[in-house]
Amino acid sequence: MPDTQKLSFHVPDPGLRPGDTPDFSHVKIPQAGSVRRPEIDESPAEMRDLAFSIIRVLNRNGQAVGPWAGSLDTERLIEGLRHMMTLRIFDARMMTAQRQGKTSFYMQHLGEEAVSCAFRLALEPGDMNFPTYRQAGLLIASGYPMTQMMNQIYSNEADPLRGRQLPILYASQEHGFFTVSGNLATQFVQAVGWAMASAISGDSRIAAGWIGDGSTAENDFHAGMVFASTYRAPVVLNIVNNQWAISTFQGIAVGEAGTLAARGHGFGIPALRVDGNDYLAVHAVAKWAVARARRNLGPTVIEYVTYRAGGHSTSDDPAAYRPKEESAAWPLGDPILRLKTHLIEIGAWSEERHVQAEAQIRDEVIAAQKAAESIGTMHSGRQPSPREMFEDVYAEMPAHLIRQRHEVGY
Amino acid sequence: MARMTMVEAIRDAHDVAMARDDRVIVFGEDVGYFGGVFRCTAGLQKKYGKSRCFDTPISESGIVGTAIGMAAYGLRPCVEMQFADYMYPAYDQIVSEAARLRYRSAGEFTCPIVVRMPTGGGIFGGQTHSQSPEALFTHVAGLKTVVPSNPRDAKGLLLAAIDDPDPVIFLEPKRLYNGQFDGHYDKPIVSWKKSELSEVDEGYAPIPLGRAKLRREGRDVTILAYGTMVHVALAAVADSGIDGEVIDLRTLMPLDIDMITASVRKTGRCVVVHEATLTSGFGAELVALVQQECFWHLEAPVARVAGWDTPYPHAQEWHYFPGPPRIAKALQAVMEA
Repeated sequence: MPDTQKLSFHVPDPGLRPGDTPDFSHVKIPQAGSVRRPEIDESPAEMRDLAFSIIRVLNRNGQAVGPWAGSLDTERLIEGLRHMMTLRIFDARMMTAQRQGKTSFYMQHLGEEAVSCAFRLALEPGDMNFPTYRQAGLLIASGYPMTQMMNQIYSNEADPLRGRQLPILYASQEHGFFTVSGNLATQFVQAVGWAMASAISGDSRIAAGWIGDGSTAENDFHAGMVFASTYRAPVVLNIVNNQWAISTFQGIAVGEAGTLAARGHGFGIPALRVDGNDYLAVHAVAKWAVARARRNLGPTVIEYVTYRAGGHSTSDDPAAYRPKEESAAWPLGDPILRLKTHLIEIGAWSEERHVQAEAQIRDEVIAAQKAAESIGTMHSGRQPSPREMFEDVYAEMPAHLIRQRHEVGY
Repeated sequence: MARMTMVEAIRDAHDVAMARDDRVIVFGEDVGYFGGVFRCTAGLQKKYGKSRCFDTPISESGIVGTAIGMAAYGLRPCVEMQFADYMYPAYDQIVSEAARLRYRSAGEFTCPIVVRMPTGGGIFGGQTHSQSPEALFTHVAGLKTVVPSNPRDAKGLLLAAIDDPDPVIFLEPKRLYNGQFDGHYDKPIVSWKKSELSEVDEGYAPIPLGRAKLRREGRDVTILAYGTMVHVALAAVADSGIDGEVIDLRTLMPLDIDMITASVRKTGRCVVVHEATLTSGFGAELVALVQQECFWHLEAPVARVAGWDTPYPHAQEWHYFPGPPRIAKALQAVMEA
């Protein structure tokens, strides 16, 4: 008799659903400062351990410890805190604006502010990000005007994208922010191409690709990894693991073994796994990977371990698929609170200054919002001309589009 | 002037483009050291170096995706899909990204890439070496779609495509790569070197996109064709004795509407010919255009001769391929209607 048995089908499950008590005891969190810092030219094969750990700098008491500490001075840290606070307040205002019907849609960064804000500080002018829809911190931290972001969100007459694009899918060549697409993962491989172009041209600029945990299952994640590996492209391949892809827990995309960072090793790409809610750690690993790329040593994969504290978008209600208090139970805490605690710990910040800064930032965001709304929102004020609908399909408008534009009356 | 095959003309276009513009980068599967499975890039890597012409992993979305990133950087990538039949993994990058980069970013980022792909049947290529997917590109706003039918056009149009500020899908009928084919599969192939169409201008001589070419003047009926079917249509006209006017569209998007409508208004009759499957093929767009623009001049319903609505078969190649007899029959029917 052959040794057979009935097969059973495995579908990963987060285990905990609405009504359950949140539990992250399965997430192994190494102590801050305990993970080593390799030289930037270390061979990928020698640093496999880093794909299975979590690089952390800030300890429970807000002290910066270990070999990854010290990549930023105090002034820059305060600047970083302000960036994160700005992004959070910006998000809150825009969430409300969406509820008020001033725009159709919004996606917030709640809990993930450190990732994009700290990464941006590791780049030089001229470097190019290929972001997803959840890296607006790259714009905030690069000084992109908030009013412009809001003009885009409101699709008003001053919208730099002429009302053609869904809210938050920004684009800015000058600020190193590639045009965001609604199609997931496409930009991950484009980032590699941009980096290849820089290398082909003998340039010194580098690219950064961005992707979420869920989207790593897309073909272009793998295409990006293959091309980055083959051509040793000067690119940093960022994977933001916020545990959730809309309602789908990361185990569906990743499986229940290994880590996302570990996928880098299959391609011979060095991989770092980092505490995504630790501003100092994010900056330190970003700086390491950027230096590696700029030294022509090739790509690096970084997995940011974080948690999507808010809903997926304004069209989503997480209470339908995960425990209500799960975000509060997330063991890596809140990135703003952790950096704030650190700055207070080193005597560079205080509760008073924090409250003051919060008020000041809120005023700045409100002022930007007023300026944008004085132009228009989605349904009121000055809106882009229907004529704009036909521009930029091609460099030059072909005959059939001119004809269609005339039909609309423009 | 030099006489070239279509393969030689395409290779020459690459050579000229790469020599005059350092930003032109050529890559794809087997295009580097080996020079391409059809030899269209032979010698380029040796002449321009591995950073200008190189082999890639077998990943169509990787090839087009990286090309888009390079274009956003400021290069002019001209990439190859080994067969049009294998472009589907790149379709997301072509449709969602390349075609829309300029529009969605309001010109912040642009995508001057060329995606070359051998297309068409008549070579016993079976299901995955014979397809004609042009309608999947002409339907996409933001793309330009080009199909040359001879060496002269192939070179000139490819040079224009590489220069073009927008993404261009460049479909090369592989049945025409090494010789002229008019659908009479039982007769020996006609060498390009015997055709005037193989007289290729030397150096940089682009042929503007968006302009059709009159291949045969006639009074009775307008025949709209492109690629291999231009030659097949000419053969059908000769076989049928009908005085057909044959227009080689050359560029499907943007389309030379003026030449088409002027011709049909003159002849009052129209037959559209393509290898691709009939239903929702590019022919449907041509028929709609002719009907709309030339309705009062039409003396017969506009006819279509196309591939059947089946996958491209192997053994039944010549029952599938719309050869001269089927076109001649359609011409006859349109004349008698």
